[in-house]
Amino acid sequence: MSVPRFWREIPQRYNLIGNKCEICSKVYFPPRESCPVCRRKSIGHIKDLKLSGKGEVFTYSIIHVSSGEFEEQVPYPIAIIKLDEGPMITAQIVDCDPDCVKIGMRVESTFRQIQQDGYTGALYYGYKFKKV
Amino acid sequence: MRDVAVIGVGLTKFGEIWDRSFRQLIVEAGSKAILDAGIEGKDIDAMYVGSMSSGRFIGQEHVGALVADASGFYNLHIPSTRVEGACASGGLAVRQGYLSVASGVNDIVVIGGIEKMNDVAGTSATETLATAADQEWEAFFGATFPGLYAFIATRHMHEYGTTKEQLAQVAVKNHANGALNPYAQYQKEIKLEHAINATMVAYPLGLLDCSPVTDGSAAVVLCSAERAKEFTDTPVKIIGAGQASDSLALHGRRDITTLDATVHAAQMAYKQAKVTSKDIQLAEVHDCFTIAEICAIEDLGFVKKGDGGKAIDNNITTRDGSQPVNTSGGLKAKGHPVGATGVAQIIEIVLQLQGRAEKRQIPDARIGLAHNVGGSGATCTVHIMEGM
Repeated sequence: MSVPRFWREIPQRYNLIGNKCEICSKVYFPPRESCPVCRRKSIGHIKDLKLSGKGEVFTYSIIHVSSGEFEEQVPYPIAIIKLDEGPMITAQIVDCDPDCVKIGMRVESTFRQIQQDGYTGALYYGYKFKKV
Repeated sequence: MRDVAVIGVGLTKFGEIWDRSFRQLIVEAGSKAILDAGIEGKDIDAMYVGSMSSGRFIGQEHVGALVADASGFYNLHIPSTRVEGACASGGLAVRQGYLSVASGVNDIVVIGGIEKMNDVAGTSATETLATAADQEWEAFFGATFPGLYAFIATRHMHEYGTTKEQLAQVAVKNHANGALNPYAQYQKEIKLEHAINATMVAYPLGLLDCSPVTDGSAAVVLCSAERAKEFTDTPVKIIGAGQASDSLALHGRRDITTLDATVHAAQMAYKQAKVTSKDIQLAEVHDCFTIAEICAIEDLGFVKKGDGGKAIDNNITTRDGSQPVNTSGGLKAKGHPVGATGVAQIIEIVLQLQGRAEKRQIPDARIGLAHNVGGSGATCTVHIMEGM
């Protein structure tokens, strides 16, 4: 992903800021422009919400064949995590042996480098998750 | 809406095709379909081209016009439109062509599907396929396309007790079918233990759980049903054409192990065709990964949710089973040139319903279904066909 496109994402990627529909109380991450449940009623009633970063592994995989940017990291575990506030997100699991990842495992977010544009290129940061 | 029939089909050999170009492949498939239908250029009212990512795979966009040009039809000025929906591009192109004939705007349309995937190196193909996923919220964080289907598999195993051996059975079955298909990329049977123990790609999916990178093209000619018998004695009517969408990212779905786009596209097609899942005698389903076939037969209603893994042991989806699935070899063995796949699935059903499937022929097949998925399930088309 190009550097300008990454910069555009900084607030959500760095801080796990989602949003919440004040009509039905459903929480979204990534943030949505309107609530898919309340639709037009939600316009003007969607408020930013900083997420706790805590949740549990809903499902997972261990990537052995990656795209070019992640080749030096294989094999790495990656999961869909169900956050305590409700949303599901996709992220790597770090600081543990790949085989230790299990469905239901409690995890919390941690700020890490995600990718690098070669040795001299830009570093991209964002969230990963680690076992609690 | 008026009835629409398939009157001609054409396929290239699927595989790693180093000595032919994008345009040569689609012109071959298109010419075969036109000759099979017994029509000529001046009969064609419109063309539709399904291609997922010609821009990334061969550095060429604007392939609607390119295909009209390469076919020798540029001087006929036939409207030609490229249709894209990731790996469902072919199924979407068929449905757009179908709608244009059903509406009465066009009488005869040619639909081509194509992908030339081997003109880029391996990781580049992986990255291009990953563009069918959510780039900002899945791929950026290291999720690959096989990784997304691995998420589905891990959860399916957890909730329903599906096993790695059951996944492997899908690959073995589809390779056995592909061994009988002269157009298939892999015309070769594989052993269960090899499928179970294959090199890991994205746990729990190994290499033999994954469809390959393929070059190939497929084309069909559609015509209003009332005129179909002018061209062929054995037209095949499209009696249902469903399409649905869902969240682009897998993590946004209602249920990770159900492709709601499949459920909704199937409901639309069943309702239009006035049939139920029990009336479907054979199907081509989107087995981009072995777990995808297991989910597909559940979401299409062939088996109860969670029972997909048992379908081979229970002799449901095998060639001599109650509802044979992927007699062509499926994406697994026939190959998966992404834009061509949805069109090639229609062709297998047409050949079966016409009694032209040779060694793969299912006796007395009358109603068949083709199921094409884009991404991890954000787009789906379902077409139901009946011999006339």
